[in-house]
Amino acid sequence: MERQITLIALFAALIAVLGLVPKFTLASGIPITAQGMGIMLCGTVLGARRGALAVLLFLGLVALGLPLLAGGRGGLGVFAGPTVGFLIGFPIAAFVTGRITERMSGAPVFPAALLAAVLGGIVVLYIPGILGMTAMLDMTVQQATISMAPFIPGDLIKAGLAAALTASLYKARPASVLSRR
Amino acid sequence: MLTLTSDIRTPYHGLRAGVKLAALCGATVGLFWLPNPVAMAGGLAAVAGLYLVPGWQFLREGVRLLKPIWFFVVLVLLWHVFMQQAMTGAVIALRLVAAVALANLVTMTTRFDDLIDVVMWLLTPLRRAGLNTAPLGFAIVLVVRFIPVLMDKANKLIDAWRARSARRVGWQVALPITLCAIDDAEHVAEALRARGGLNAPQDP
Repeated sequence: MERQITLIALFAALIAVLGLVPKFTLASGIPITAQGMGIMLCGTVLGARRGALAVLLFLGLVALGLPLLAGGRGGLGVFAGPTVGFLIGFPIAAFVTGRITERMSGAPVFPAALLAAVLGGIVVLYIPGILGMTAMLDMTVQQATISMAPFIPGDLIKAGLAAALTASLYKARPASVLSRR
Repeated sequence: MLTLTSDIRTPYHGLRAGVKLAALCGATVGLFWLPNPVAMAGGLAAVAGLYLVPGWQFLREGVRLLKPIWFFVVLVLLWHVFMQQAMTGAVIALRLVAAVALANLVTMTTRFDDLIDVVMWLLTPLRRAGLNTAPLGFAIVLVVRFIPVLMDKANKLIDAWRARSARRVGWQVALPITLCAIDDAEHVAEALRARGGLNAPQDP
């Protein structure tokens, strides 16, 4: 009980820190804020239920007014803004990522986590995100989808990093990777 | 602590947090009913008026908090002008600014602790149903404490990298950061269990 709650709290904090730490810039020049990677990690490391809880905890603190979203955004205003769909999608994405990782517990960690992060953290996340943009900005689904295209390469890299990190974590601290037990 | 609450004292600080949140919900729904740009501009003017009650300085602070949405406002306006629906674009852009500004107003004038109290109050039905909601309050405190600790650890590891390598700090640093964090979490959990766990009496 205590262990689960501290790990959930830790990953909620990790999502925040990954959004605040100076962003990594890749050799190709694609800047990535690592916040989305935090969402993926919640799923791949903590599993479905605990991963989603960690993300909900993070969003709760954002709503309560802590400026924890990438770029120092926070407060109730972000839930009235155009990116609200992604915020709603965050816990769903973590849940699906976690569920896929759990289901593939027979496969090696890296490919399982990679597949889970791509399906959960990108495909599943984009659906509410795009719907949110159509509702808030009065775009059609098609326009909103096209506007998301530039983010896909960065998000694929993030999924790769999240999977690599999960695999190394599994090697170093197997007991802490709760999605694998 | 790091919050978005404004330092400027306003009459709104005195209102109950729950009342403000309920009013915010009502007002945001109301904004979606305003049909044309004139009415919506009126709505936005009313919001600006609320910001003006405490003074210009407060309004300026509020405008600064709106920075992240200007990009979307410009995008919406350009798109709708391009599609020759400037009126619709104006309504959406005005509504976006008004809704976000209104929500920010609640955030700026409500203390973090008061909002946590509202959350715990909202959870009362769950408590009545026999669910233990104390871990949530505990988890909130843990996150708030973990964030600066983690930031500090991350910065130290990044400094260590910079001191030893000519290359730029790369993504590889994420693994030691996460490992440190997980070890910390396990220690905290162990310490908690050693002190009787979450179900131990809270106030001695």
